[in-house]
Amino acid sequence: MSRPAPRKPEYHKINKDLFVLTYGALVAQLCKDYEKDEDVNTYLDKMGYGIGTRLVEDFLARSCVGRCHSYSEITDIIAQVAFKMYLGITPSVTCNNSSRNEFSLILDKNPLVEFVEELPAGRSSLCYCNLLCGIIRGALEMVHLAADVTFLQDRLKGDSVTEIGITFLKKLDEKKYRRKK
Amino acid sequence: MVDAVLFEFLHTEMVAELWAHDSDLDPGPGGQKTSLLVLEGMGFRVGQALGERLPREMLAFREELDVLKFLCKDLWGAVFQKQMDSLRTNHQGTYVLQDSSFPLLVRMGSGLQYLEEAPKFLAFTCGLLRGTLSTLGIKSLVTASVAALPACKFQVVIQRS
Repeated sequence: MSRPAPRKPEYHKINKDLFVLTYGALVAQLCKDYEKDEDVNTYLDKMGYGIGTRLVEDFLARSCVGRCHSYSEITDIIAQVAFKMYLGITPSVTCNNSSRNEFSLILDKNPLVEFVEELPAGRSSLCYCNLLCGIIRGALEMVHLAADVTFLQDRLKGDSVTEIGITFLKKLDEKKYRRKK
Repeated sequence: MVDAVLFEFLHTEMVAELWAHDSDLDPGPGGQKTSLLVLEGMGFRVGQALGERLPREMLAFREELDVLKFLCKDLWGAVFQKQMDSLRTNHQGTYVLQDSSFPLLVRMGSGLQYLEEAPKFLAFTCGLLRGTLSTLGIKSLVTASVAALPACKFQVVIQRS
């Protein structure tokens, strides 16, 4: 696949802003359409799921990930390859339990909230970045892994860090995650 | 660096979801119109915000035509990684911008098959153009038309008070 011609530096910046601004406009629109924070959160998750199911193909085509043998490896790939590729950040990964199926991604930086100083008034339960949870969940499901993905902590809500929790559930079928041939 | 495909994926999902949502509320043409307006409005807000973030040097335009050329070259290049294929004007405030391969339509295939669906995929971008123009001090009406995918035309009519 040929790479596009090198872009002027200004293009890079406008491009980054485009997604972040569009996302902000989407959240604002959803806040108009839905009174309850939970409904907006659900909708963002649902949209993220739809994106994730398609994004995973793009990811597999462009990355060189090999076969994974553990949830821990998969989580590392999400943090170090996928997040890096799409958002330019690398969350750190921690494992939260001894059965090694619960993990956290700690986001030090988060481009999605670059223009957001605080949650809108009256929206204290809004998970502003819930699209990300849906994306991860949808992508994992396409490689036959069921997982619960939620925000455990959120800087926008006053927590000290932003933390996404991934809990791997029973595999959807017995196939191991493998790179698409 | 946020990857360019994220915008495309988000846009596609927005079109699908907002469309379904408004169709549930009003299955007739009213619901469809609402969706188009909503998408256009979102594009407008984003266009305004993008316009505000452009470096000052970029914005020293001598005349209206320069602004439109900027949209065709620089804005289009930044947003869609390509330039508009042609720009025509009647020199009386109407401009037609033609893209022979509009990226947000390309995935839908080519020809006449999805013609009916095309407007949904153009509404946000019409708003984007209108919003950027607005920040640059130009009030306009922007519409789009598709004769055959993935080629489309954006018509910009400058509103003079």
